[in-house]
Amino acid sequence: MADSPQRIDRPLSPHLQIYRPLFTMMMSIVHRITGVGLYFGTAILVWWLLAAASSPSAYATFQSVAGSPLGLLVLFGYTWALLHHALGGVRHFIWDFIHGFGPQERVLLAKATLVGSVALTVILWIVGLAMKG
Amino acid sequence: MSSTPSHGHSPMRTPLGKVRGLGAAKSGTTDFFKQRVTGLANLILMVFFIGIVISLAGADYARAHATLGHPFVAVVILLTLLSVTTHMRIGMQVVIEDYVHTEGLKVLLIVANTFFSIAVALAGAFAVLKISLGG
Repeated sequence: MADSPQRIDRPLSPHLQIYRPLFTMMMSIVHRITGVGLYFGTAILVWWLLAAASSPSAYATFQSVAGSPLGLLVLFGYTWALLHHALGGVRHFIWDFIHGFGPQERVLLAKATLVGSVALTVILWIVGLAMKG
Repeated sequence: MSSTPSHGHSPMRTPLGKVRGLGAAKSGTTDFFKQRVTGLANLILMVFFIGIVISLAGADYARAHATLGHPFVAVVILLTLLSVTTHMRIGMQVVIEDYVHTEGLKVLLIVANTFFSIAVALAGAFAVLKISLGG
């Protein structure tokens, strides 16, 4: 037993790097990446709520960071990630009901997710900035 | 001690399995199903939540405090925190299980994932309740 080989190099099933990147595959990866981004971004939400629960100065600190160019960029990215993940989730619901698996449907759904998330993000920010005045 | 497969159980069940009386845990799809239910809840709650955030764009402390203290707004945010943190805990666990194959590190990260998700939920809920109830 002691002199038996430690490990035999058996063939492994192919992983992502072996495949030519496909649009639907990239969208699946982006769904996961946006999910992870949204996960850590909940810290911003909690900071906002805690600041509002703390004091005017704590809220002012949050606002100055959130309203800075970098803060606005992060929030813009967060809005897009949220909408992209949400629309990606709708796509998954459609698949859960055994629809949308055809070659054209798959691509159409993926395109709708991408275009829809970008369009909605821009619309929401136009409304938001108009509200801010 | 009959070994004939005639007791309503699968003939695939071993004698030891029969004695223990343990079958499948029957919870194999719990997380899968929860992820769908919270996903649906997130979609609905997100509409209200985005409305709340946009209405507070650029608002000062007094207005943010007053809005967040409104019962409807507070309940929407509490529901959102519950649904979102459940959804994100399950999602991150899947990501960890997919990419981390060292057993000890995997368990550690899954525990950290649970801690973070619950911390987000309770810190957020505490803030909303403090605003609503205590001022």
